[in-house]
Amino acid sequence: MSARLNSIEPYRNVAPRGTVDFLLRLASRVQGRRFVHVSSTREGGGVAEILNRLVPIMRDIGIKTDWEVIEGDSDFYATTKAFHNALQGKEQVLTEAMLEHYLDVNRANAERLRPAGDLVLIHDPQPAAMIESRAPEGKWVWRCHIDLSTPQRRAWTFLRRFVVRYDAAIFSLPSFSQHLPIPQFLAYPSIDPLADKNRRMSAKEVRKILDRLGVPDDKPILLQVSRFDRFKDPIGVINAYKLVKGYHDVRLVLAGGAATDDPEVAQVLNEVREAAGRDPDICLLDLPANAHLAINALQRAATIVIQKSTREGFGLTVAEAMWKGKPVIGGAAGGITVQIVYGVTGYTVKSVEGCAFRIRYLLSNPQLMRRMGWAGREHVRENFLITRHLRDYLSLLVHLSR
Amino acid sequence: MRLPHLFGPATRPFTFVGCLELREILGRRARDARELMEELEQIPAASVYYHTHSIFLRHPRIAGAYPNDFANWVATQVRDQVLAERLAVVDPYMLGGVEELREELVSIVDSHISALNPVPRIVFGDPLSFVRSHLLEVPTGLEATTLPDFRRCLAEVDLSAVYLHTLHARVRGEVAGGDFAHWIGRELGRDSLAAAIGRINPYLGGLAEIRHETLRLIDAELEGDHGNHER
Repeated sequence: MSARLNSIEPYRNVAPRGTVDFLLRLASRVQGRRFVHVSSTREGGGVAEILNRLVPIMRDIGIKTDWEVIEGDSDFYATTKAFHNALQGKEQVLTEAMLEHYLDVNRANAERLRPAGDLVLIHDPQPAAMIESRAPEGKWVWRCHIDLSTPQRRAWTFLRRFVVRYDAAIFSLPSFSQHLPIPQFLAYPSIDPLADKNRRMSAKEVRKILDRLGVPDDKPILLQVSRFDRFKDPIGVINAYKLVKGYHDVRLVLAGGAATDDPEVAQVLNEVREAAGRDPDICLLDLPANAHLAINALQRAATIVIQKSTREGFGLTVAEAMWKGKPVIGGAAGGITVQIVYGVTGYTVKSVEGCAFRIRYLLSNPQLMRRMGWAGREHVRENFLITRHLRDYLSLLVHLSR
Repeated sequence: MRLPHLFGPATRPFTFVGCLELREILGRRARDARELMEELEQIPAASVYYHTHSIFLRHPRIAGAYPNDFANWVATQVRDQVLAERLAVVDPYMLGGVEELREELVSIVDSHISALNPVPRIVFGDPLSFVRSHLLEVPTGLEATTLPDFRRCLAEVDLSAVYLHTLHARVRGEVAGGDFAHWIGRELGRDSLAAAIGRINPYLGGLAEIRHETLRLIDAELEGDHGNHER
């Protein structure tokens, strides 16, 4: 990562006016206090992605910030993966031995890391049981990044006994919160406008990447970026495209990761291929997890971005698309409803027909698309950039340590 | 007409203070209009404030269909357009305070649902989750003693300061037209400019518009000063 991106200064050009000076001012108010993040990995996944940017920026503005990562064996990660799925509502088998091993690994990490600070932020369930070994000083907050709205009862009952020992918890949406005797705060996730996935790109660079991906830009592009998962409803998107195609000559691009060891993903991709048939205007792209520039270029080349999920965590691809000035049509699920301001930055829809109708409506109103694109970018600037995320964490530091 | 040289620097500078809003999830939910009314009667004042006032802090430019969360939720999730419109038209800044606003909202919902039998449940929509606002004030380090200084600071300050000095100031109830109008009138003696700034409708434009309109009025005033000086 370049030194430039470890600094808050480049964000002056993208964050709302006055934000950077305000953050510096705020940081001077909490100067000398220590902020510790604890998570399960330094690479891969949304939490690591955001901490890789947030931690250097926090240090740059003068907050003593540490980022500790827990260690575990393959059994531990298999357990936390099952735990993660169970908390998100998938039925899983969690044996006593698995839970006991989870606790042992947490205890070993607590002993090794001994996190201590004015605010210790424990990210997600993997290190949550470290609270058992907390030092009496400082506040401990559990940051939950996952959708806890319908957890498997046994998994949540197990985790809850640790969560209630924290001073507070943070959730990404009110609907993800649970009945708890501790304060629960709300903090939306964020995107980094300077990261490869969102940075500015010239038209030439976009064209070059599209050429490499084999996506012609000779007609309006409808785009959905998400893994091939039933909850993202890729078949619904194809059906909506078919309802549009009789009225507008468009191309549909479905871009997502498929080459994983998850058999369900491979099965969904096969179904999607079958639904697409031999239509030359449907492009299916199987992108690697680090294809940030390709996603950036596709979102910039798109006319309308779709995120027709029927179930969604937060769905930051919506904010990514809006940051690039695109109107977004999304399923009314999870965080999509807080990102799309209905009729202002795009539309939320609840059916294939609703999706098709809004696509047709927007394609027939280019001026409206431009207005929505502008409004979407401003909405993201105010609410979903990393600078706002930093502001949330610093507010918590101020609030809990006063 | 007062001469420009009479508008000297202020004795007391204007200190721009911004704010942070920490959002606390209360774990309380409403699933229809009747539950909305019942919750409105019980939630903390800071939650009524969050859903009606500080929505401007979160959406300084872009508003939804209506300018408060209750009206938007009723319109999009309950799908009761009439109740949504009745809730939307309540201007929180024209009422005495949060408790008065709470009474007004409860009365609107009560009167509306008394005509419904039964009160429809949400079929496809999501419940409304109540959130409470914790506002933390943070000085921005910007201070002004003259109108040109004030203009420069206002143009560059974080929008949360615009919120605190205009919309939140009205809730505090200490100064009727907000802190900007109060200081410009009292410290700079520019009463007509102060009155014009105090009249900016905070409810319909959003923070960015309040800043834009205040700057426009100040620019016109400064141009007037310049014209008078040249003459």
